[in-house]
Amino acid sequence: MSYLLTATCALPAAGAVLTAALPAGSDEARRRTTKAVALTVSLATLALAAVVAARFEPGGARYQLTESYSWIRSFGINFSLGVDGIGAVLMLLTAVLVPVVMLASWHDADPAQNPDGTFENRRRTQAFFALILAVEAMVIVSFLATDLFVFYVFFEAMLIPMYFLIGGFGDRAGGPDSGAQRSYAAVKFLLYNLLGGLVMLAAVVGLYVIAQGQGFATFDLPTLTSAIADGKLVIDPTAEKALFLGFFFAFAVKAPLWPLHTWLPNAMGEATAGTAVLITAVVDKVGTFAMLRFCLGLFPHASKTFGPVILVLALIGIVYGALLAVGQKDIKRLVAYASISHFGFIIMGIFAFTSQGQTGATLYMVNHGISTAAWMLVAGFLISRRGSRLIADYGGVQKVAPVLAGTFLVGGLATLSLPGLAPFVSEFLVLVGTFTKYPVIGIIATFGIVLAALYALLLYQRTMTGPVKAGIEGMADLKVRELLVVAPLVALTLFLGVYPKPLTDIVNPAVDATLSQVHQTDPAPAHPVAATSGGEQK
Amino acid sequence: MNSLIPLLVAAPLAGAALLLLGGRYLDRFGHWLGTAAAALSFAFGLVLFAQMLGRSTDQRAIHQHLFSWVPVNGFQADVSFQLDQLSITFVLLITGVGSLIHLYSVGYMAHDERRRRFFGYLNLFLAAMLLLVLADNYLLLYVGWEGVGLASYLLIGFWQHKPSAATAAKKAFLVNRVGDMGLSIAIMLMFAEFGNFTFSGVFGTAQQASSGKLTAIALMLLLAACGKSAQVPLQSWLGDAMEGPTPVSALIHAATMVTAGVYLITRSSAIFNLAPDAQTVVVVVGAVTLLYGAIVGCAKDDIKKALAGSTMSQIGYMVLAAGLGPIGYVFAIMHLVTHGFFKAGLFLGAGSVMHGMNDEVNMRHYGGLRKYLPVTFVTFGLGYLAIIGFPGLSGFFSKDKIIEAAFAKGGTEGWILGLCALVGAAVTAFYMTRVMLMTFFGEKRWQADPATGEQPHPHESPSTMTLPMIVLAFGSVFAGGLFAFNSSFVDWLAPVTGHTEGHSPLSSIVVTLLTSAVMLAGVLLSYLMYGRAPVPVTPPVGSLLTRAARRDLMQDELNHALLVRPGSALAASLVYLDSKALDGFVNGLAATVGGISSRLRRIQTGYVRSYALSMLGGTVLLVATTLLMRSV
Repeated sequence: MSYLLTATCALPAAGAVLTAALPAGSDEARRRTTKAVALTVSLATLALAAVVAARFEPGGARYQLTESYSWIRSFGINFSLGVDGIGAVLMLLTAVLVPVVMLASWHDADPAQNPDGTFENRRRTQAFFALILAVEAMVIVSFLATDLFVFYVFFEAMLIPMYFLIGGFGDRAGGPDSGAQRSYAAVKFLLYNLLGGLVMLAAVVGLYVIAQGQGFATFDLPTLTSAIADGKLVIDPTAEKALFLGFFFAFAVKAPLWPLHTWLPNAMGEATAGTAVLITAVVDKVGTFAMLRFCLGLFPHASKTFGPVILVLALIGIVYGALLAVGQKDIKRLVAYASISHFGFIIMGIFAFTSQGQTGATLYMVNHGISTAAWMLVAGFLISRRGSRLIADYGGVQKVAPVLAGTFLVGGLATLSLPGLAPFVSEFLVLVGTFTKYPVIGIIATFGIVLAALYALLLYQRTMTGPVKAGIEGMADLKVRELLVVAPLVALTLFLGVYPKPLTDIVNPAVDATLSQVHQTDPAPAHPVAATSGGEQK
Repeated sequence: MNSLIPLLVAAPLAGAALLLLGGRYLDRFGHWLGTAAAALSFAFGLVLFAQMLGRSTDQRAIHQHLFSWVPVNGFQADVSFQLDQLSITFVLLITGVGSLIHLYSVGYMAHDERRRRFFGYLNLFLAAMLLLVLADNYLLLYVGWEGVGLASYLLIGFWQHKPSAATAAKKAFLVNRVGDMGLSIAIMLMFAEFGNFTFSGVFGTAQQASSGKLTAIALMLLLAACGKSAQVPLQSWLGDAMEGPTPVSALIHAATMVTAGVYLITRSSAIFNLAPDAQTVVVVVGAVTLLYGAIVGCAKDDIKKALAGSTMSQIGYMVLAAGLGPIGYVFAIMHLVTHGFFKAGLFLGAGSVMHGMNDEVNMRHYGGLRKYLPVTFVTFGLGYLAIIGFPGLSGFFSKDKIIEAAFAKGGTEGWILGLCALVGAAVTAFYMTRVMLMTFFGEKRWQADPATGEQPHPHESPSTMTLPMIVLAFGSVFAGGLFAFNSSFVDWLAPVTGHTEGHSPLSSIVVTLLTSAVMLAGVLLSYLMYGRAPVPVTPPVGSLLTRAARRDLMQDELNHALLVRPGSALAASLVYLDSKALDGFVNGLAATVGGISSRLRRIQTGYVRSYALSMLGGTVLLVATTLLMRSV
């Protein structure tokens, strides 16, 4: 048994403890040490995650590099980890984004200097970076856990550091009551997700009870799913539906799916740009990931039953999120509503039950993470310069800060899924995968691409073009640190748009396995083209 | 030597990347770098063309597979190219005229501090357009298709500090996106029907599909074409696109962008031929746009907008021809190429006039310029003669063929289409003569610059600008004759697009005579109105039609009433509902359930404690239940 997966989770966890324990201080040197330690740990985690991905064999077993340690023996709870193709790419996404977010948030948690020269809250910096590492550790455990109980614990536990990140650190652009706004956002985030988590807990218990009654006293996911697939573990249809809804509710709050989305704009609006990226690009992905892994694997029949309803909700989310993004006055809330639209695409891809849809959904999770990170972080750089989140306070930025404007445009173009950039591949796969089974839903969802162009370009036009507004004149262009944040994201967006094959190779087998769990196959084309007449020529 | 095909795209793409990422020290020679990249691509195109000429007709199409792009179960998209007679024709037009426009821009943009970036965008435009015409499948074509949209967005909005330019750029992208939706859906339909979206795969299997499906695919492709080619009802972006620097207009109108829709329809001939209902829609769109653009062109006082109306109209001819099926495809492309020469020449000429007139665009403030800009006058004049179809010049051969093919459609339909095309020819002659007279003839109506009070001192442009105009004038004069000679163009393209001779109820001679007669009538009427009497500096009120045509026949008012206003009202009310109703409802629900409403706004630690407690409680509950179960 290798310890690779445990190490990948434990490293950021240990890093969090270490960072929190570093000596506090107001002087720049100590803060820099803290940040350097945290960044180094996150980069080392990235290296480990890369090793995991490299060791992963796409054609091999469903769960690889498995580890299991007995935790609470009397209840059959083990600390079990294993990586599949979908978990692997999402773990990689997390490991890539965390150091980027840290670098982007470099000065966001510097303690404020009081007029008398002393510093308020001298442990701010340590706390901020330790919390980020804690979130990373918990998210990675969630992507790797093959034990239902372990997943539940970490799925819930990550709310605590996220709560402090949202409530404790703002972007200095709020008004006089920004503290109260931020607390409200943090509490709202917590309550929504807590409620979801408690419902899921009941479902987890319920599932355990049923399974135990049939001789499966375990939380082990592979055991449960294969028992369900083989018919050895039979859940009565009503119970299955109830349990499915219990799980799905928690994931739909986290993802978030319309109409459970209203916590997201508050949280992303009030938190720092870095935290907002952690929310939408990393933590929320656990929700959509868990739909794929748990809902579909454990409750195949209920998944099919509820599939069409969920598709309609996802479709509403796509259009609704985009329309609301168009109407926003606040830059960060606009990005948040755009994300709600994108989560609609991801969930639609999952519940269309086609290989294109689910591979597209998985790629979408990765691509949305990267592109939204780029868009949001540049927005954060912009907001930190002007000290306002209101779109109306900006205008003509491209004239004074062309590189900032250019990268902001690239982020927006990625968000509107411009072909050649990564999000296009995933969005088109989701659309085509939905269309082959549900043509009407697929066509309506296509309207989303027009609306995406509208909100993305409208934001660019209002902030970056036109005459230079008052308060913008002296705005500095991107600094080296900020370029280091944006460059890898832009490079990845381009690379995965032109050559997504490394990801699809890993994801495809996992999607096949997921689809066969729900007994679904792709619809066959009405008049298939003979294999020789193009397409697969090599 | 297949490996040259990717280089066609790679050369301008590399140029764009260098120029956009290269930084300031490329400022001094960046424009020459960009021009060289375009010229290099043209050189590659010539080599490939020569090689293709050396192969026998059935060996001319070549394929090159680069790599597997998006491989998912059952879904296979590749980056692979197809070079045949149709694509090489476009390649030569795009890179040839494109290179000339690059050269012209060296002079035209000489005083713009962001010239390097301008050339980066121009290179990007060429690369995207080349990808569009070289792709061997619809999804890769889509990349070029939207890449063209991006490049046009960047170039139309190049002077971003002008709010009107930024708005025009966004409008162009959005209207095009509506068309792109059509392309998306067409590809999805193909995938659902054939499991494939390569040209060879789809065209080879198309006849097995039901006519309903084929009609749907064809109509979606037409929607896409309407967006890129500014055909009714997606025409509204083209006029505003004049906000871009004039070389951009030349590029968009002649070598790239608007020709893409005609390419798409012609390339998809195998689908359209099997969907006669869709073809009817295509010809109607073409005929309507042809007249629409011509009417708008008559009313504009802005020289660029008059030319923009003319582009719409001429593309309308091409779409009409493409909708006629095998009797029209080759003539659509032939007109596209000749139009590429004379429209590029006309736009570059207009730019040259503006260059000499302090960027004035209002033709009512021109007049008598022929003495001051002799080279511009002659080259513009040749372009003018070509576009009105003066016998012997390029436009004469290509337009004449389209009119003849329209009559050959047969039946009442043929008569209606033929007459539309004839009327269009008369109106074209009218408004182009108007442009010519108002600009180069008559008395001086020059106005001082309102900002500086400076009187214009019209002067001929530098040779980097006049040289491309001269080359294009040669094309405007001779290309049509060359193509028509011995049916060389028809024979060249027929293996790809198919060609059957139409049987017009009117003989060729009659059509030619008729076309020439209506053309002369248009010129004469225009001369009577603008050549004999002085042109008023302030426009007369005009008839209802004139006033409507000045406002593009109310296209923007219509779009606003139907889409923009209801759309923004919907967005605004949803924003309100989301924060008040939906959020309030969910919060209220939570409040009722948990009795927490009064505490919701209270802060900090109490909640985390209660959260931790509830987690603990949950875990205890879990443990207790399990224990209970085990003891049972």
